[in-house]
Amino acid sequence: MTRIDRRKFLAASAATVAAASFGLPKAFAQDSVDFAGETIEWWIPFSEGGGSDVWARFMAPYLAKHLPGQPNVIVRNVPGGGSITGTNEFVARARPDGLSLLGTSGSTQFPFLLGDTRVRYDYAKLIPVLVSPTGGVAYLPASLGVADASELSKIGDQELVYASQGATSLDLVPLLAFRLLGLNVRHVFGMTGRGDGRLAFERGEATIDYQTSSAYLTNVEPLVEAGTAVPIFSWGVLDTEGNVQRDPTFPDLPHFVEALEMATGAIPDSVEFDAYMAFFGSGFAAQKPAMLPEGTPENIVAAYRQAFADAAADPDLQAAKGEILGEYEQAVGDGVQTLYEVATTIDPEAREWVREFLMSEYQVQL
Amino acid sequence: MLETFLSSFATLLTVQHLMFMTIGVVLGLVVGILPALGGIAGMSLLLPFIYGMDPTSAVAMMIGLLAILPTSDTFSSILMGIPGSSASQATVLDGFPLAKKGEAARALSAAFSASMVGGMFGAIALTGVVLIARPLILSFSSAELFMLAIFGLSMVGVLSGSNLGKGLAACALGLILGTIGTAPAAGGERMSFDSLYLISGLELVIVGLGIFALPEIVDLLRSNQSISSTGKLGSGWFQGVRDTWNSRWLALRCSGLGALIGMIPGLGGSVVDWLAYGHAVQTTKGKTEFGQGDIRGVIAPESANNACAGGALIPTLLFGIPGSGSMAIFLAAMILIGLQPGPAMADPARDLDLTYTIIWTLAIANVVGTALCIILSPWVAKLTTIKYTIFAPFMIVVISFGAFQATRSFNDMLALLAIGLIGIFLKRFGWPRPAFLIGFVLATQVETYFYQAVQFYGYGFPLRPLALAIGVLTVLSVWFGTRKRPGDVAAASVSSEGDAEQAQAKNLMPQIVFTVIVGGLFVYAFFDSWELASFLDKVFPMSVAVVGLIACLVVGLPQLRAQKKISGGGAIAGGSANFDMDANMTDGGPWRFVFWLVGFVGLIGLLGYFLALIVFFMTFTRAVAKTSWLTSAVLTAGAAAMIMVLTWALNMQMPYGLLQEYFYDSLVWPFR
Repeated sequence: MTRIDRRKFLAASAATVAAASFGLPKAFAQDSVDFAGETIEWWIPFSEGGGSDVWARFMAPYLAKHLPGQPNVIVRNVPGGGSITGTNEFVARARPDGLSLLGTSGSTQFPFLLGDTRVRYDYAKLIPVLVSPTGGVAYLPASLGVADASELSKIGDQELVYASQGATSLDLVPLLAFRLLGLNVRHVFGMTGRGDGRLAFERGEATIDYQTSSAYLTNVEPLVEAGTAVPIFSWGVLDTEGNVQRDPTFPDLPHFVEALEMATGAIPDSVEFDAYMAFFGSGFAAQKPAMLPEGTPENIVAAYRQAFADAAADPDLQAAKGEILGEYEQAVGDGVQTLYEVATTIDPEAREWVREFLMSEYQVQL
Repeated sequence: MLETFLSSFATLLTVQHLMFMTIGVVLGLVVGILPALGGIAGMSLLLPFIYGMDPTSAVAMMIGLLAILPTSDTFSSILMGIPGSSASQATVLDGFPLAKKGEAARALSAAFSASMVGGMFGAIALTGVVLIARPLILSFSSAELFMLAIFGLSMVGVLSGSNLGKGLAACALGLILGTIGTAPAAGGERMSFDSLYLISGLELVIVGLGIFALPEIVDLLRSNQSISSTGKLGSGWFQGVRDTWNSRWLALRCSGLGALIGMIPGLGGSVVDWLAYGHAVQTTKGKTEFGQGDIRGVIAPESANNACAGGALIPTLLFGIPGSGSMAIFLAAMILIGLQPGPAMADPARDLDLTYTIIWTLAIANVVGTALCIILSPWVAKLTTIKYTIFAPFMIVVISFGAFQATRSFNDMLALLAIGLIGIFLKRFGWPRPAFLIGFVLATQVETYFYQAVQFYGYGFPLRPLALAIGVLTVLSVWFGTRKRPGDVAAASVSSEGDAEQAQAKNLMPQIVFTVIVGGLFVYAFFDSWELASFLDKVFPMSVAVVGLIACLVVGLPQLRAQKKISGGGAIAGGSANFDMDANMTDGGPWRFVFWLVGFVGLIGLLGYFLALIVFFMTFTRAVAKTSWLTSAVLTAGAAAMIMVLTWALNMQMPYGLLQEYFYDSLVWPFR
């Protein structure tokens, strides 16, 4: 399987060691943590009803159950400013006492990775305690006559249309992916969700689309069965060493890097590919991290990591997770750091390339 | 199929199901009566309880709440002149004048019966349509949605009152404020001043409250009486029901319109009341008093918004695409309880029975909700007989609370105040506020769908059959609306901004200054967009700015000429362009009360919301309402308790002030 960019992985490991050796106060390490009678606020920088909100509300009772002292865990929505506002506010206000937790999403990570000047948070300073991956499947209309990724060259120069939420949204990942595949895709922006893209596909307006795993299973699989749509690749997941693996929900479908090899014959060693991997990690493989504020004592961090590890293993959670968590393995305990670094770091050269690319191709001023 | 019907029916009639539905209805009633709290707040209240409930009970509770909201939010629209939610803004136009005339009872009962008609119609229509809804929804692409948005904009014609220039200028002002924030095409930021608050644009809740509620509050305070000028409620309960019966075809047409608009994802409930209202104005025969208390102006939007609430369930259930904020939370709740909306919801072999249970719960909840509203209304309506100076601080607090739901920050307060000032001047100078709101509501849709339609279909998109049909319908409805019928004095129109004759000013300077400021805003918007990198991001605001500027000239030139004539010793002139409600004022204008509002917002910035509320309430009741210390303390405690319960239940942080900024750690809830 493909190794994620080597430099980045080494940097990530180094950062982990650094954080472990002098980033955290050790004095409290032996103290026991007890949250009995406390209320823990889980900040979500999105409004009620969004994907991140559902994720936090689903996890909250299990976190409460497994933290020492069974505190009350509530979700606090702080929406606005494309999730930058709430995250800025958390970083400015939250105390490192274990009573405030932050959950963000790819939409919060992207402005950070792209170097948006209004971002006041630094992921390197927050302390991850859980990372939830997500995934999705890209598909084409059957009428194109493409059965799998190896036949993508059949499309040739024909223009495909993709209904996008915007060049700097999560749809940046498919934008970079289609480019790597050598597809000629026109992106029509201004969709308000992936659901809009699916409708456009069903109307025949869009001729290439992707849906997140749960939406794919409920809404696109019927189209595949009816013979009108063909799945091409899944985004895939990252294992604890940072390698891309097939999506456990779709074990028979190649992941994007496999598809890239099938279509173009090789995996490029380019800045473009590095950029794709950074945004793929941040937007899918490690989309939703839960973090404690900078300076949180080590024993509290340890208590949280243990609680999320226990929660993820809780048979009740496993029975109820359905399509909220999907088949994805939650990164918990000590496995959390590597995935987190992948989601929140980008090679400066790749960042610069993306910024210039977005400016020249899509007039995006960053 | 019959089996599906029977199984849904059996679920429907279980005691447990009906009980949870009633819980939802009662909660919805409370949330609806409080102005400015709508579906989003109601659903957010339920959300923490949903998780872990048995799915059908949870669904029953949510549907109960969703069904009654468009009915119960009528209370504040009619009785207080404050839009109960974004789906009942148009109800204010005629409902509130009726309440002021002392006909609150008639207006309420007409509204509730119309709501029930709409709700029932919606449920019946959905029962049949659910099976063919997929192709129907798929046939409305960006091209059709753009044409529908244009149809909506065409209502500006009838909502402009006597001066079309002011109507167009107000609409353009709404459109330009609607473009603030991130552009749909290339994501350029327009008039956001690099502020995070503005990149997601102004919130409709805040704009609705600022434009309608604040000017009303200020005017009522100035008049220093109760809302009902006669101090009575009237006894027209049966009259109201008779009114709905007399307008039954209008109610049914508007229900159909509402259900259809609700069903198509992309336009949303905030447009439907205006479409229905405009339709009523265009098609009503005989003498009309729209804008001054025509009962049909209440019946039309109220039947449409209830039907719309039902229709909106369809894209949510069948496609997993929520058409509104409250539907987004409904969808989230369904996923949390393990239901995955999608095509299976219309499949008789799978979840169709659940869909039918949902639809029929909606129908029953509508009946129960209407009954509860009618039972409650005599008590609620008494509010309109209270001295307004006592009532007003409650309104101000509730409105500010409703406004800061948007992003929960101090900026919401500033935005409310700024929009409120615009509203006060629009009202004073006779610029039709409905036209402004239509523009604001449709700004994003017009721009986004135009761009998408061109991208998908090229510039020939209006020739798609359905798009063309909507275009023809638009032309017909405009023609129908402007045509004078035999016996009519003038073409159908709405005079929402008061009596023109008393408002002819001798000194037009205030009006001219306002027109110039608005014109200047258009110039600013034009050059602000000029700076953007992408053509796609700038073309819409620049076009709107040009149209707005021309409209400002159409308004401003006659005003200038009239001023010149008057200063030369001539008679008062200027026709409908000369309109100033405060031309002959004797009370010093609205400034005294605007100052109170500014003071309140300033206090929030210093002390945070909760402390500011207490200080404001005590001072206002003592100084303006002149109550005793005891009464004042009791009223303040009541308001504080209400806000504490709401923030606690919604788990919200109240807006911070400087105090919280520096002493957060030494403060305890609710002061922080």
